[in-house]
Amino acid sequence: MILTYALIFTTGCFALGLLMNLWRVVSAPGVPDRILALDTMVINFIAILVLYGIIEGTAVYFEASILIAMVGFISTVAYARFMLRGNIIE
Amino acid sequence: MGHEMALWEEITVSVFLVIAGIFGLVGSFGLLKLPDPMTRLHAPTKATTLGVGGVLIASMLYFIFAKGQISFHELMITLFLFLTAPITAHFLAKANLHTNVNRADVPPPVGDRPWAGFESDEARRVAEGESTPGA
Repeated sequence: MILTYALIFTTGCFALGLLMNLWRVVSAPGVPDRILALDTMVINFIAILVLYGIIEGTAVYFEASILIAMVGFISTVAYARFMLRGNIIE
Repeated sequence: MGHEMALWEEITVSVFLVIAGIFGLVGSFGLLKLPDPMTRLHAPTKATTLGVGGVLIASMLYFIFAKGQISFHELMITLFLFLTAPITAHFLAKANLHTNVNRADVPPPVGDRPWAGFESDEARRVAEGESTPGA
């Protein structure tokens, strides 16, 4: 019972965070801020996916979480590197 | 859900979940609220990463308590996120230096190489045959 309420609260928190990040992606003043907002969106999405795994009671979503974590990290580094060097692989 | 869990087990998992949710919300709110790009780096890379770590620990405890199985997937995700968050922050700080800070304002580096954030500028400057300021 307590756990159900805690799950609802945490999912709400991360969903609200995701909306804030989306707003930030749209309205950020510079490109690094947009990259940072996208990176935060990936992290928040991993949290929501793990929470959904707890709600459903399955461990299927952890593989998806690992994949999304890796793709998010690589894409953030690629964006930042493109900003720094104007090129990703030199 | 619908498994038999003792009350203290539910409370333990719930405490981790609520703390994680608050940290995640604070991280995302800090991204909106903090005044300049370098301070804005702090909120998502620290608070949100800690929030996800809390969710993953809660998930691990839940599967131990409810199913009686210890899973190390969560530990892997936590480790990966905690390793990659500082690298991301470092790269974004360099990108911020590159775009928002004037090259003449930073102190000259020790040694031959320029600051990493200005390396591509330096290469262009050398290619165009200009002299390096402050070197």
